[in-house]
Amino acid sequence: MRYLPHTEHDRRIMLDKIGVQSVDDLFATIPETVRMNDLADLPRHQGELEVERQLSSLAGQNVAAGSVPFFIGCGAYRHHVPSTVDHLIQRSEFLTSYTPYQPEISQGTLQCLFEFQTQVALLTGMDVANASMYDGSTACTEAILMAHRITKRDKAVISGGLHPHYRAVAETLSHFAESKLVTLPPDPDGQEDLTASIDNETSCVVVQFPNVYGAINDISDLAEAAHANGALLIAVVTEIISLGALRSPGELGADIVVCEGQSLGNGLNFGGPYVGLMSTRQKYVRQIPGRLCGETVDVDGRRGYVLTMSAREQHIRREKATSNICTNSGLCSLAFTIHLSLLGQAGLTRLAKLNHYRAVTLADRLSEIDGVELVTPSFFNEFTLRLPARAEQVVARLVVKNVLGGVPVSRLEPNFEEGENLLIVAATEVNSEDDCSAFADALAEVLQ
Amino acid sequence: MTDAAIESRGATFTGNRGLELEEPLLFEVGHPDKSGVDLAEPASFQSRLGGMERQSPIGLAGLSEPEAMRHYVRLSQKNYSIDSGLYPLGSCTMKHNPRLNEKMARLPGFADIHPLQPESTVQGALALMDLLSKWLIELTGTAAIALSPKAGAHGELCGMIAIKTAHAAHGRDRSVVLVPESAHGTNPATAALLGYDVRTIPARDDGRVSVSAVRNVLADDVVGLMLTNPNTCGLFEGEIVEIAEAIHEAGAYFYCDGANFNAIVGKARPGDLGIDAMHLNLHKTFSTPHGGGGPGSGPVVFSKALAPYAPLPRIVRDGDTYRLLETAASTGKEGAGEAFGRLTAFHGQMGMFVRAMSYMLSHGSDGLRQASEDAVLNANYVRASLKDLMSQPYGDQICMHEVLFDDQFLNDTGVTTLDFAKALIDEGYHPMTIYFPLVAHGAMLVEPTESESRASLDLFISTMRELCREALDGNQKKFQDAPVYTPRRRLDETQAARNPVLRWRDKTQAQAAE
Amino acid sequence: MNVMSTVRYTKDHEYIRIEGDVGTVGISDYAQKQLGDIVFVELPAAGKVLKQGDEAAVVESVKAASEINAPVNGEVVESNSALEDNPALVNEDPEGGAWFLKLKVADSGQLDALMDAEAYAKFVEGLD
Repeated sequence: MRYLPHTEHDRRIMLDKIGVQSVDDLFATIPETVRMNDLADLPRHQGELEVERQLSSLAGQNVAAGSVPFFIGCGAYRHHVPSTVDHLIQRSEFLTSYTPYQPEISQGTLQCLFEFQTQVALLTGMDVANASMYDGSTACTEAILMAHRITKRDKAVISGGLHPHYRAVAETLSHFAESKLVTLPPDPDGQEDLTASIDNETSCVVVQFPNVYGAINDISDLAEAAHANGALLIAVVTEIISLGALRSPGELGADIVVCEGQSLGNGLNFGGPYVGLMSTRQKYVRQIPGRLCGETVDVDGRRGYVLTMSAREQHIRREKATSNICTNSGLCSLAFTIHLSLLGQAGLTRLAKLNHYRAVTLADRLSEIDGVELVTPSFFNEFTLRLPARAEQVVARLVVKNVLGGVPVSRLEPNFEEGENLLIVAATEVNSEDDCSAFADALAEVLQ
Repeated sequence: MTDAAIESRGATFTGNRGLELEEPLLFEVGHPDKSGVDLAEPASFQSRLGGMERQSPIGLAGLSEPEAMRHYVRLSQKNYSIDSGLYPLGSCTMKHNPRLNEKMARLPGFADIHPLQPESTVQGALALMDLLSKWLIELTGTAAIALSPKAGAHGELCGMIAIKTAHAAHGRDRSVVLVPESAHGTNPATAALLGYDVRTIPARDDGRVSVSAVRNVLADDVVGLMLTNPNTCGLFEGEIVEIAEAIHEAGAYFYCDGANFNAIVGKARPGDLGIDAMHLNLHKTFSTPHGGGGPGSGPVVFSKALAPYAPLPRIVRDGDTYRLLETAASTGKEGAGEAFGRLTAFHGQMGMFVRAMSYMLSHGSDGLRQASEDAVLNANYVRASLKDLMSQPYGDQICMHEVLFDDQFLNDTGVTTLDFAKALIDEGYHPMTIYFPLVAHGAMLVEPTESESRASLDLFISTMRELCREALDGNQKKFQDAPVYTPRRRLDETQAARNPVLRWRDKTQAQAAE
Repeated sequence: MNVMSTVRYTKDHEYIRIEGDVGTVGISDYAQKQLGDIVFVELPAAGKVLKQGDEAAVVESVKAASEINAPVNGEVVESNSALEDNPALVNEDPEGGAWFLKLKVADSGQLDALMDAEAYAKFVEGLD
């Protein structure tokens, strides 16, 4: 077996040193009744060639996004990731190291985390950020728990524009952690009045910017209304590239910002691994969950970095910890940081503009088709269309024409009957003019 | 060159020392106008951002491609890694990460598919998830699986929510979770998150939990037991079958923390031991890379009793077609049972599923079993080779995949566990896990993994023996000064925590912030 | 050890120094040594009503965090904001300037069950 270094001779010598007859003697503490005598009922080991053949065959049964005109978003976006990113994150020292618990031999990971935290704080317009979370949806739920700790209240108000999966995660946790959740109905038109749901028992208001339908709403009034009631505003961003073009949630008055950072540095990967971002105001820093990297000096006075404020975390605080989270999304956050440092401010601004341009021209083009109506007047790189037919069927017919044409709202909100004809469409820099033409032509044909 | 010769040369002009290169922060080397990405300028168009256009600069620094390459390569060189040396971090399982797994995860058919693509376009991905499920269910002897949890602690949450749901379904109102004192900190943190009180179970003198200790604290208010097996002291819980029976008799459930499953793959099946739910750390047992602290992946397997409550999404097979049950609206439909809800957006860590599958297919049933045997063999070889010099909190006994020492052997030497670990760094090793588990004083938890050759272990053992002797010989200064051969020496954690500096600011910003 | 006769101690190493009906609460010198470098202190707001054993404040060192519990029933009348800016004070002067909070004692009878300085000194001796 290519991954196991011992020869039978090695094993014999080692058993002798230990003073046992056979390797089974090492497992004698396992009760005999439950010890396995035979191999598990699974195939035996295989060489690289055979494994590659089997897995490639499974991979080949999927339609890769890059192989067709592709317009799916809703919380995960296809962008071009520079080749440098994947090369760097595959360096042994990044890929095969662990959490930097020994800072003297982990300054590489630690400095990258410090750069990451700074980038996230700058992008979101906040004072401080943590060293990443599992993904945007779990970060969103952690933000709600954090708001409960800060306000010592337990009621969260959830916008109908929040990604339904994010809402579902928050519902699961609030149900089982026994806190309150007020959820507003799906809101593709941007008509909801969240302020009416805020009262002096509200811990936080959760709003997505731009929302899951792609719409951009000014959230600063909402921030004011929340603050007037002693509540916090949690802003959720699922398309981080949008912050290259939009005012930051921090500027608009958010108290906690959580984002899905996948768009930078990370591929679609069928939903994971991704990277959650979380940032907040300086005054709430002691309540932020997850790992934090901080600057300090070594005994020779040289600048260096350590994981800090870990006394809040589960391995020390146990049942009194700020969260049960143990890990972050290290390598994905590194990919994020490298991609963003390659872009820089100039590159991110340009990339955001390109995305917006692509979406604006596509939206205009698609809404020219008979019976197709643009539901979201303002948007970044994603918008919602009302079709003259059930969106799910339209998407299925588009697949036959080799176009992956967006997400039917019914897939995310099966109980929202008025949403049956709604289709959420994303366009990014990877979509060419030809892709957009192919989509428009196919949609027109399918709707005939 | 001798130390004196190095001393007499003084500092270098650059601060570099040969291959050891200093590297400033991105924000000190980059510039907002610089970019390492060439993007086309779009034609002029009317923006539709609803009046929310960004008004002020972001302040992000950019680098050209060669500068970015150099910056991050230099930073990488300040890290220790499995690929460069022995990384015996107990409980973390730092085994070899095969590169075939990386290659497979990057196949466009896996890496470049969207979680919300129509099912008909992702049948191969669903088939892979189904195959992974089958392997994990077979290896654990259980009935069902939830693939979506993002990491071990997330898996614990998943398992404990399923347990809470099961009690609710049976109309039982219970409030207490039993947790042994040696447990991972995530266990009590998870129980507390769900509003449960934690009742601690003491260990026996041999480091294990006895069925009588469990019976002593069992009552009709008990939700369940959270037990790690093999436990955090590296010992197999020999009374686990009786413990499971006692728990079930009391109408409670048995959650097993599967962090150490790598010791017993192919040797025993947790389902046969009586567990009801267990998370599997794919990044430990199945070697998906740790990546400097994640991403992890923590699928949870369930017994028959808990299977109906497993969360969404679920994969069901419908003839030759795989379907994905994603929303509560599908609950009640065939295959969705009484799912407790959703734990994360989308379907879990697909990138990790591919890597773990590649690892398992490569090993096969025989290789997986051999890997567990070699992991246990290696830990015991280290134990047998160090037992005369180092102390073990529960006496000398056969361990599983990791061996626990305490700091009793350092008594009166003036050397602490931390000092000892730092001295190991100067010798070119990543230290073992220290100060965990908390039940051992000054704990040192050594997990060599199956990836280490006998020669590698022999050198490690000789190094440890030499350090023990030096500590006992009173050479405490060497330990207290260590490490000295690293890019940075010991860092001031007190300063970092008292006045947290968690981001870079330029000088004018920094003054304004104060 | 700087111990005054009007001081009472808990087994969790909190002290309460009684002056009239107000008790000044902090942690003992022994406790600060056990915790190591204190990096953060979280204090209660004035007006908070506490029962004996309730969490009154939190103290964090680099590697540990622990709760400061109310030694007796009472209402918080003041907390020591100097600690928020300079938590190191707890290491320097735990039983003097680095008090955590002042409690208006509701049930002075509870003081009788606590240890006096002499008893506490013996108790601590038994721990080492």
